[in-house]
Amino acid sequence: MSTAIDRFRSRAEEEGLLDVAYASADSPFGPLLLAQTPKGLIRVGLPNQDVDQLLAELAERVSPRVLEAPTRLDEVRRELDLYFEGRLQRFDLPLDWRLSAGFRQRVLRAIARIPYGQTRSYTQMATKAGNERAVRAAGTACGSNPIPLVVPCHRVLRTGGALGGYGGGLPMKEALLQLEGVLDERPSG
Amino acid sequence: MPPFQTVLEEHSAAVMAVLRGAVGREGAEDCFQETFLSALRAYPKLEHCRNLRGWLLTIAHRKAIDHHRARGRQPMPVAEPPREAAVDSLPEPDEGLWEAVGALPPKQRAAVALRYGSDLPHAEIAAALGCSPAAARRSLHEGIKRLRRELT
Repeated sequence: MSTAIDRFRSRAEEEGLLDVAYASADSPFGPLLLAQTPKGLIRVGLPNQDVDQLLAELAERVSPRVLEAPTRLDEVRRELDLYFEGRLQRFDLPLDWRLSAGFRQRVLRAIARIPYGQTRSYTQMATKAGNERAVRAAGTACGSNPIPLVVPCHRVLRTGGALGGYGGGLPMKEALLQLEGVLDERPSG
Repeated sequence: MPPFQTVLEEHSAAVMAVLRGAVGREGAEDCFQETFLSALRAYPKLEHCRNLRGWLLTIAHRKAIDHHRARGRQPMPVAEPPREAAVDSLPEPDEGLWEAVGALPPKQRAAVALRYGSDLPHAEIAAALGCSPAAARRSLHEGIKRLRRELT
């Protein structure tokens, strides 16, 4: 049965019917969901997010032709592994931006250019996206980031340095900033 | 529309069982590919997903017919029915029986295979054959009558 399904999957790919390929990947924080279209990486689900719901959203907003296809995500998985080991500072992956639009997408594209180990404020991101007064909207854009980690919204902090929020939970944001050497390692609690 | 992966996971076993009943183990693999490829192609345009299983079995049935056509009209014994096959009022399945099933006209053969090979209710047999439940019942009845005649 599983070989029949594997063969079906590769034929679907050959015929260009695989609109959304997904796979899960291990991370130090728990399992991630990775989803990709022919254009590029479209979604990274963090460990605290519900996989079924993420897939249902992709089916609705992108295409219902959603299939699990682990090998299609090999390169993404490889770069993420290196990143978590502290051996990769810049992702080189094509991205599919279509899950965000307008101002939000401009904010996210600006976030994608924040270098490893640096941080910016929500105000700075609002300015970069063309509206310095839309700080709250910039915060919302970070919160709705469909491609966290690769689009490093964890590098955006409150003016003054408070952590702000994170979709994967604040301990994860803190750990990522420690990994990148922005925050000192400190005992929790 | 749920992600196609869900459809695949929920219904692949039923589709495979029906195809094994209809075309035998060897042909079933190919028909399975064809069935799910057709389904995946059409899936985004499907109007509702109330009976995905019936929809898939309809496609599977068509692929089984294509398969038989491609091989000429040679009688196809229905090989290795699933172990849990329900055989209410039929004699114990044996080689002779499945050979006789394979020799039935296509609609009767499909109805018998779906009912006793895959244990589907009449409504789903009807969906798979693309006919009314009454017509499905008739095909099944005719098929069984003919089997009785030939096997006793």
